[in-house]
Amino acid sequence: MATLVKNVRLIDSQGQRGPVDVWIGRTLSFSGRAESVIEADGLYLAPGFVDLHTHLREPGQEEKEDLASGLMAAARGGYSAVVAMPNTVPVLDRPEALLALAQRASTLPGARLLLAAALSRGQAGQHLAELELLSRAGAVFFTDDGKTNPSSALLARGLRYAKASGRVVAVHAEDESLRGDGVMNEGPVSGRLGLPGNPGAAEAARIARDLEILRYTGGSLHIQHLSTARGLELVRQAVTDGLNVTAEATPHHLLLTDQALTSFDPVFKVAPPLRSEPDRLAIVQGLREGVITAVATDHAPHTRAEKDQDLLRAPFGITGLEVAFPLLFTLLSDFPLPALIERFTDGPRRILGLPPLHLQEGAPADLVLFDPQSERAVDPKLFASKAKFSPYADWKLKGWPVATWVGGERVFYAG
Amino acid sequence: MESLKHLLDFAGWQPETAQAIFETARLMEEVLSRPVKKVPALNGFTVATVFFEPSTRTRSSFELAARRMSADVVSFNAQTSSLAKGESYRDTLLTLEAMGIDAYVIRVDASGLVHQATRWVKGAVINAGDGWHAHPTQALLDAYTLLGVMGSLENKKIAIIGDILHSRVARSNSELLPLLGAQVVAAGPATLLPDSLPGAQLTTDLNEALADADAVMVLRLQKERMDSGLVPSLPEYRAGWQVNSARLALAKPEAPLLHPGPMNRDLELEGTLADSPRSLVIRQVAAGVAIRMSVLYHLLVGRRDGHPR
Repeated sequence: MATLVKNVRLIDSQGQRGPVDVWIGRTLSFSGRAESVIEADGLYLAPGFVDLHTHLREPGQEEKEDLASGLMAAARGGYSAVVAMPNTVPVLDRPEALLALAQRASTLPGARLLLAAALSRGQAGQHLAELELLSRAGAVFFTDDGKTNPSSALLARGLRYAKASGRVVAVHAEDESLRGDGVMNEGPVSGRLGLPGNPGAAEAARIARDLEILRYTGGSLHIQHLSTARGLELVRQAVTDGLNVTAEATPHHLLLTDQALTSFDPVFKVAPPLRSEPDRLAIVQGLREGVITAVATDHAPHTRAEKDQDLLRAPFGITGLEVAFPLLFTLLSDFPLPALIERFTDGPRRILGLPPLHLQEGAPADLVLFDPQSERAVDPKLFASKAKFSPYADWKLKGWPVATWVGGERVFYAG
Repeated sequence: MESLKHLLDFAGWQPETAQAIFETARLMEEVLSRPVKKVPALNGFTVATVFFEPSTRTRSSFELAARRMSADVVSFNAQTSSLAKGESYRDTLLTLEAMGIDAYVIRVDASGLVHQATRWVKGAVINAGDGWHAHPTQALLDAYTLLGVMGSLENKKIAIIGDILHSRVARSNSELLPLLGAQVVAAGPATLLPDSLPGAQLTTDLNEALADADAVMVLRLQKERMDSGLVPSLPEYRAGWQVNSARLALAKPEAPLLHPGPMNRDLELEGTLADSPRSLVIRQVAAGVAIRMSVLYHLLVGRRDGHPR
């Protein structure tokens, strides 16, 4: 059943080599027999990408996305595994619910589904969810993402309690009273547009609190979708101090700023909001340095009708699964390629406690083949995601995935 | 001047754009002084006033302006009709589009909804106030009223006092008045000032703003600012920020007073000042109809010479 991929260049976090011929079965091999052949002149083979942050909306909000559309969107984006957030309806806070979702996903084509479970019961921020039982049911980490952990005590208990399972606690770090009704970054642009602002201080103040709690409790803390220069500075200092803290950045915070809101298009409304250019540059620098060790999409689909409301009422969220890698491959072009691959593979894998994945004989065949040359415009109508619109519509990008394998099974092929 | 397609804010405006609107407004004022206050300029055009937020005076002003020019008017009370039934702004506008509307006069609580509307409908969109963002016909009538009194705004200092952060009137005036040569100083408590405002110098010093001002514009203080804790109390606001006779003495003698209404008498403005000869409040309202006639005319007929047919 193996596929021979001929004349392909290999790239992983360690570097690149080739062109060589590889045989993709259940594992990766450099010799063998094959039933099918892919001519891969000029293409790269890399370990499959891992996304720490997606909203697949099942159960309860299947009008926005479901497992079938979301996992196929992931596969088309070169992801062999994605972590779905637990802010579904109902909230993913019961072991039986995790097992049922995992069971359903195993029958669907597309990327592998990993599940994050709620940190608190109902994500209400009061009582810890059953972290040990959720762990045994397969939860890869715990988070109240979608909400913001207002209770310091709950976060402290969660960080302590989760140590037993070796899982991280991931936080959407925003102080809600500072955030207020803000729909975009607070600054000169919000002042001019007359839109309620959400200050960068809402993120920085919350990160500062969370890091102090981590210092007190121990455990592992993961900061989701870091968006401000000041937030990055706090994380960098904490890493230097030896705290167990990691951070992720989204493609939209790496590429877009609050200037985009001058179009008054709610497609750019996201939480945390698109920030200033100095913030954006700081986040790019943080990713380059490795203070931020993972690119995560925060893929947050909504229906067209929901996003077609005004800026006060439209929901927060930008999708990213199908464009994240081409975006950063094309637009962070001075980023060393092995480092960029690392932020899509070993970086997120390490946060999940997974071993690194390098393209050696016998490596598990979670793989992506991508094309560094051919340029193609983003066409949201062709997305597998149900959200067929994007801030990046018509952007001309390279680095598009050509094929994705999960455990040796080809789940996407554009050939 | 390029013919206008929509009036959303003053982005892309030149001084001549405003001059053309004012020139036509002067002709309209003459029409309004006739015994029969009506011209056939917009005969056959249909104007819809779509108010997603309540406002009696602005709506009446626009509807009167449209009728004085013989347009058909559809008064769509969106606040009580569609939204209450769960219909979106977009669907509401698309429904009107199907009825053959030429111009949409939109008032809404969300900044930028009018910009979105231009992507949904074919007709001209006129912003009658969107969130905290812009209220261009108010700024036009303010400037027109000031020009009527002062002749020119070149190098004139205009003080805007009050809740700048939440004020579409302050934003629109800060865009338009500098285009006409004026210098805008906007003052208010620190919790009611934006980060920055292009076209205006921001200050928390009321005296600095009023000193030698050629005109003073006082903004309405929404009572909800108290509820959200941005201002500690009404007495504190009155003590610190009310424009009264003593404070107005800092401005140039005879410097006129403006207020976009509706006014909280004896809160942001001393009640007797509102009725004094310096107050232009009544002239502002009268100018509003002429300015809105002019705007409708330019958007729908789009002629460059500014003369009604």
